[in-house]
Amino acid sequence: MSSAFAVSELLESPAATPERKRRLGLLFWICVGWLSLNVLAAIFANVLPLDNPLQQNYSAINVGPSLHHLFGTDDLGRDIFSRVVFGSRVSIEVGLGAMAIGFGVGAPLGMLAAYRRGTLDTVLSLFMYVFLAFPAIIATIAVLSFWTPRSLFKIVIVVGVASVPLVFRVIRASTMNVATREFVVAAKVQGATDRRILVKELLPNVAPIGVSFLLIGVATVITLEGSLAFLGLSVSPPTPSWGNMINESRTILQTNPWLAIFPSAAMCLFLLCLNFIGDRLRSHFDVSDVKL
Amino acid sequence: MTRYLVRRLVTFVLVVFVISVGAFYLIHLLPGDPAAVILGTGDSPANRTKLYAQLGLNKPIYEQYVVWIKNVLHGNLGTSFISETSVWGTIRAAIPIDLEIMFISQILAFAAAVPLAMRSARRPDGWLDRVLSAGSFTLLSIPSFIAIVLLVLFVAIDLGVPHTGVSSYVSLTSDWVVNLESLALPSIVLAVGSFVVYFRVLRSDLIATLQEEFITMARSKGLSQRRILWRHALRPSSVSVLGAAGVNIGGLLAGGFIVQYLLDIPGLGYTLIQAIGLSDYLVVQGIVLVVSVGVVLINFFFDMVINLVDPRIRRE
Repeated sequence: MSSAFAVSELLESPAATPERKRRLGLLFWICVGWLSLNVLAAIFANVLPLDNPLQQNYSAINVGPSLHHLFGTDDLGRDIFSRVVFGSRVSIEVGLGAMAIGFGVGAPLGMLAAYRRGTLDTVLSLFMYVFLAFPAIIATIAVLSFWTPRSLFKIVIVVGVASVPLVFRVIRASTMNVATREFVVAAKVQGATDRRILVKELLPNVAPIGVSFLLIGVATVITLEGSLAFLGLSVSPPTPSWGNMINESRTILQTNPWLAIFPSAAMCLFLLCLNFIGDRLRSHFDVSDVKL
Repeated sequence: MTRYLVRRLVTFVLVVFVISVGAFYLIHLLPGDPAAVILGTGDSPANRTKLYAQLGLNKPIYEQYVVWIKNVLHGNLGTSFISETSVWGTIRAAIPIDLEIMFISQILAFAAAVPLAMRSARRPDGWLDRVLSAGSFTLLSIPSFIAIVLLVLFVAIDLGVPHTGVSSYVSLTSDWVVNLESLALPSIVLAVGSFVVYFRVLRSDLIATLQEEFITMARSKGLSQRRILWRHALRPSSVSVLGAAGVNIGGLLAGGFIVQYLLDIPGLGYTLIQAIGLSDYLVVQGIVLVVSVGVVLINFFFDMVINLVDPRIRRE
């Protein structure tokens, strides 16, 4: 579940394995390409020559993959390929939206707490610790089951708020690494304002790590949304989303496995690329950090 | 030690308090009159009076909390107005199933992760390490709801292994062999998810530990590789992995919810989703409370274990 985030947070800097130079590697760029392709397809899904994802066709029910229906059709005769493409919208929107909230609130607070220390840090950290101990997935399930009617907007808010303490912790820890460095002290001695130090000195140094965690966070949120959809707590059918489609395939696994396989593959590939890019960026920046 | 323990206990109580307020407040997220929504089909004047007494709905909100928490502390989570059974009874019947799945999956995960991490850490960047690292990274990106669907598809449907498909759950007391068979797929899915985390964390810590001076010392004394790994390196390297295990429990429970939902195994997750579908809000509230407190308790337990394994922690 939230394991990707947990792992990358727990792993020490990859100095453990002598890291391959500063090149990002071919696989990295393949992943970037695949992600861009997915995002572009999601944005331009309306103008692409795709079947209507809601169009039911009773003369072609549970048809296997063919040239006409690239991924086949589901139990209502809807084109799976176009549903997979349109379904990516939900995942991408939730992923980016929730992380925008998480980073929008968690990152500034984390930087501020790490830079100021003292009471502010103690209070914020304790507060975040307490909320982090509340199991996020159960909290989101709970809130969404009571807060009806459900909508994408509410999911984004709930998941976003749930991610704030995690982001806070990561950003606070990486700011703390930088905040005691000589150049920050130098800036302070020169009389720079706190605001200037935070924005001009700390932010550029925290941002790279932040970006890599952002990507891993998006992957985590997409997984979470998928689980919610699978449990019937996300956007309601007939709106396609990867989680919804896998949930719908549950009852007809035997007759039409394609309905499970294609959205699953799309989702796994998307998550794999996000995690890979995030992980690679993290080790990349950590290495250059050591070289400084 | 006592100071550390006291500090941990204080945060523990604080967390449980926040959880109780959160779980209590859930009812007030309901749109409209909560009494009407909670009663659902059971809406009658008699039930209404009962519910008002049970939740103190006509009192100010903080008094409602006091009424509610008093009941909870007496083990009374209320009576569902839809199934007309006690909420705590419903939850108590479901808990053993979750515990069993979790127990099996954790044993499988650790049994695989510890030896493999040691093998990997012995030769970082060797072929085994590369294969395992790449493999575990890929597995990390496969959500449990996808893993369970695909496993059911291949094992239960394509291969036709008996007692692994949907609705094949049999309770432990009636036939333990079939019971284990029916819990095999859910346990494997959760075990894989945990294994990936434990393997990666333990491997990275072992590699770091193996570069320490006391390991060089042990090597120069001529101790065998196996003895160095098991007796010298494992313990100092196990802090993160135990921490990960504690953190993992929440995710594990949620993953358990998903596999139960798919396979019709009547554990907490299945009960929760059923209750959500029936708008049986008191049951949902009860499960959320019990599960959250359970997770925090397990976390607390792991904190204590870590403390025993590595006494250096408490000096921080």
